[in-house]
Order: sequence, then C-alpha cells, then structure tokens
Amino acid sequence: MFKSFIKKSRIKSPWLLHFDCGSCNGCDIEVLACLTPVYDIERFGIINVGNPMHADIMLVTGTVNHRNKKVLANLYEQMPHPKVVVAIGACGLSGGVFRDAYNVVGGVDKVIPVDVYVSGCPAKPEAIIDGVVMALGKFEDKVKALRTGT
Amino acid sequence: MNDYLLVAAGVLAGPVIGGLVSGADRIITARVQARVGPPLFQPFYDVAKLLGKEAVVVNVWQAFCAYAYLAASVLAVVLFFLQSDLLLIFFTQAVGALFLVGGALTSTSPFSQIGAHRELLQILTYEPLLVFVIIGIYLETHSFKIVDIFRWPEPLLLKLPFLFVVLGYALTIKLRKSPFDLSTCHHAHQELVKGLLTDYSGPFLALVEIAHWFDVVFLLCLCALFWATNWVGMAILLVVTYLLEIVIDNVTARMTWRWMLGYVWAMGLTLSLVNLIWLYAAR
Repeated sequence: MFKSFIKKSRIKSPWLLHFDCGSCNGCDIEVLACLTPVYDIERFGIINVGNPMHADIMLVTGTVNHRNKKVLANLYEQMPHPKVVVAIGACGLSGGVFRDAYNVVGGVDKVIPVDVYVSGCPAKPEAIIDGVVMALGKFEDKVKALRTGT
Repeated sequence: MNDYLLVAAGVLAGPVIGGLVSGADRIITARVQARVGPPLFQPFYDVAKLLGKEAVVVNVWQAFCAYAYLAASVLAVVLFFLQSDLLLIFFTQAVGALFLVGGALTSTSPFSQIGAHRELLQILTYEPLLVFVIIGIYLETHSFKIVDIFRWPEPLLLKLPFLFVVLGYALTIKLRKSPFDLSTCHHAHQELVKGLLTDYSGPFLALVEIAHWFDVVFLLCLCALFWATNWVGMAILLVVTYLLEIVIDNVTARMTWRWMLGYVWAMGLTLSLVNLIWLYAAR
C-alpha cells in the first residue's frame, strides 16, 4: 500500500530544476511564466527548486556549448534517482539557429539523456506544462529500469 | 494504559496535525497571492515521494543528524502529550534544533554552511524568548508541569498577554516565516538556494520535513497552554495565531540576521520583562 502511495506521490509532487544552458531568455521567461498566478503550477504540487539534489525533473533551455556542457552533466549527476529531463525550445532540441556555430555542441541530448522534447521558439507555457506532465508518465519506466539495473 | 495512548497520540499528532497544518498553510498562502494552491494533502505527497527517492548523503554524520533531529522532535511532542516538565521538553527540542544545524555543517557546501550559521543565529534569537515564556508560566502557576498548568482555573493569556506576543516571535522564527526565514524557507529559491537544507536530499530531507511537522505541533501546543481552560477557546486561539502568522509571512520581506537579533531581542526581552514585573507586582 505504501509503495503505491509513493508511486502516486511521485506524479503528484514533481520538483523542477530549471537550467538555462545559454538560452536567449525567451524560453526562460516562458518557464517562469508557468509559476505566476496565471498558470500557477503549484496547483499540481510542482515547485521550482534551485537545488539539483532536491529536483525530480530537469528543464533545460538553450543550446549546449563547450563551456557549459560540464555544468549540465554535473547538475544531472547530482540529481538523485528517479529523474527525468525535459529539453525545451528549438535550441535545446537541436541547437536551433546556432547549431552550426563553432562553439556549439548541439542539443541537450548530446550530453545527457533527454526524455521529453518540447518544441517552439520560444515554447509556450502550455506546451511546457504539457511536457512536464508527459515526463511524469515516464517515472514508472525509470524506476523499473533502476531496479533491473539497465 | 493511559500513558501508552498518550504516547501513541503524540507520535501520530506530528505527521497528521503537522502535515495538515502545513497543507492548509500552503493553500491559504496561495489564495492570498491570487493563486489556487496545491491540494491539502500535498505535504504528504512530497514526503512520500522523498522517501521513495535514492538516498544520497554527503557523509554518515549528516544521516545520523537527520535521525537525531527527528528523534528529539518526536520526543518533545510525546513528552508534551505525557504532560511532563516544560523545561525538559524545551531542552529536548533545543537538542533537536542543534542536530539539524550539525547535519548541515558536516557538508562543505557554502550554501549549507551559511544556512547553518544563520540557523544558529535564529536559535540564539528565539531560545531566550522561549525560556522567558516558560518562566512567566511558572510565575503564574507555580509549576513547570503541564499537568498543573492544565488544572489552572483561568486562561494564562489574561495574565501573560505580552509573553504570548513574545511566543509569537519565536513561533514566526521556528515556522520559518518572513521576515525571519533567513536560513531556509519553503518558497521557491532564495539567495542561498535552500540554505540549511541544501545538502539534505531524498529520504533524509523527508525525515527533516517530518521533524519540522513535529516542531510545529510542539509550538502550537505551547500556544495552546495560554488558553488551557476549555477546548473551544484553545482552538480559536490557535487558528487566529496561525492565520496571523500566514498574514505576517505574506506582508513582510526577508530581513537580515542583524536586524532580527536586534529587533527581536529588544522587543522580546522588553515585553517579557514588563510582563514578568507585572506578574511579580500583582502578587
């Protein structure tokens, strides 16, 4: 019974870590808009935490470059399992218009495994919330994968 | 037999009352800010989720400190329900508070360190005030025993109004409400990430959260002593006090520790002394 309550709680209490990986701030403003009274994601128990050790879901916006790829990997490492990653915006998905620049590595998935891709330039708050909800559905697989050691 | 029931009630009161109060707090705070807010049971979901997460500790002492903090907080509430000695209960919860700080100090993270130092200053600020409240209760009822305080024929609030305000200061600091939420606070980020709690994660953060619920229950019990003559008066006093805390939390901004120490000691100690002298003169 307690296990099923934990399973339910994982979906009901996702804490977000938002990392700006060199974005133009368009997507960041949309992420923060989700926290305002208009969208009020605390309704769903979502809290925006600044600490990777407390986070369940990592939202990454912007292109990854050679400078910050280590920071991104480090933040991902610090999050305790189970965890999911949501890449937001054209830049986070593939590098966007900057993909051919000499300092750009590309999308977030070049450095850490990404579970959900939210497209848009910038992505709408509704799309971001939708992406987070989709990410919540992946917790179950993550826990299973952790148990089997894959 | 009765004692066992009281122990069970004390152990259950923490998670049940503390969790529900915390849930109601979040809803009311959200409504004050023109938001809808999370469900009432949100704190339980948060703790259950944290318990199900991977256990990552900085070192074994941090884990030990989290358990010790929980044990001390549970013990303080259980002793209160057993209607034991107020001073004993006070020192038990003080030990718990120090273990929480000790756990944060075992980590080398600067956020955790500064948070711990600020928490020590908060403890320094509210502990003398709590002692004065307990002394005031003793001067009025001539006993530190909660059993005797409950038998006192008239509400203590009428004789100790200033000391109740002083207890309000301690309550605001202990509940981590603005303007005293220096070391860590519930709302989103602060300048120290999560301050004191930065390096507690997963199940250990859950233990700290549960211990905090017990602390909330302990402080509400202490407030309840001020109207121990009937249950209705006690309930009204507690609800009004807690609502006032939420309002204060929402209308004030975080201040510095220097301001906290100066202001709370100046106001708290003055109000305590005035009330104690009044009690002494009235005898």
